[in-house]
Amino acid sequence: MTEIDPSTMWIVIVGLAFGSFGLRFVFIGLVGDRPLPDWLLRHLRYTAVAILPALIAPLVIWPQATGGQPDVPRMSAATVALAAGYWSKNVLVAIFSGAGTLYGLLYLLG
Amino acid sequence: MSFTTSKSVYWKGFRDGAPFIMVAAPFGTLFGVFATEAGLNLVQVMTFTATVFAGAAQFTALQLLLDDTPTLIVLLSALAVNLRVAMYSAALTPYLGAAPLWQRAVAAYFTVDQSYALSVVRFETEPDLTVPQRMAYFFGTVTPLAPAWYLATYLGAVLGTRIPESWALDFALPITFLAMIGPMLRTLPHVIAALVAIVTALLTAGVPFNLGLLIAGTTGMMAGAQAEVMLARRNKNT
Repeated sequence: MTEIDPSTMWIVIVGLAFGSFGLRFVFIGLVGDRPLPDWLLRHLRYTAVAILPALIAPLVIWPQATGGQPDVPRMSAATVALAAGYWSKNVLVAIFSGAGTLYGLLYLLG
Repeated sequence: MSFTTSKSVYWKGFRDGAPFIMVAAPFGTLFGVFATEAGLNLVQVMTFTATVFAGAAQFTALQLLLDDTPTLIVLLSALAVNLRVAMYSAALTPYLGAAPLWQRAVAAYFTVDQSYALSVVRFETEPDLTVPQRMAYFFGTVTPLAPAWYLATYLGAVLGTRIPESWALDFALPITFLAMIGPMLRTLPHVIAALVAIVTALLTAGVPFNLGLLIAGTTGMMAGAQAEVMLARRNKNT
């Protein structure tokens, strides 16, 4: 981990502010009532479900807090959070199950 | 008359959106804490959260910046995380596309997971709603959520540096995101997209500039879309 340079941070904030608004505005604002191609909508449907796991997977397998060593409490917490979310369809239930598993195992094993 | 009915539809949206404060508030607090620990000052944290207004993308950008990723890759990756709001925008367009441009611009800013999900369900089940009524409902859903998000981020930022390491907040981000992913795995193509993305992300972990995230995300999206086409074809044949 390193310090984030303030000017880099501002570039990212401004870039993301305009970019995020652009993504939200592109269809509702610019396309309006015109229909969209099926292939585009089909790919957009799977963005969240592909990109979020891709971001998380390395953080679960090689956690920063342990210096990149795979770790039982964190792996278990991740599995429980995902499973609880899948079965309960409730984000809060999943967060609390995962956090409970993490703290429980850190306490027992630590 | 239509004014009063729009008003009641607005409050219906408000009531439907209110329970999601339970999701927005902890997530916002977490972002405030995470951003402050990453070294951002209060002005940066609040500008970030108010202008971008997309927690997952904000977390992604910070995580990559802490890993020394080049600025352009940070922007592209965070926007890739946010591609789903483009899908929401597309899904809302048939219902709200006829509203005045300024209203659509404001609605665009407030297009988030909850406002999209609640509105699309309501618009599908009540096809008789007029365009102004739909807009009223949409804005109703975000009225309790947006202030909760700003306020929670602020509290997180103020508390941030006082939270001890033993709380293992390093792992709050993975747990929160995994908790969000679970309910999204509604169909087989969704599961395939997630699995392909995970395997690709682990295989490309060594690719420089954290480009693995973009590669894995794109591969997962294509796998999901392809699986959907193949399943539809098989169902048609049988």
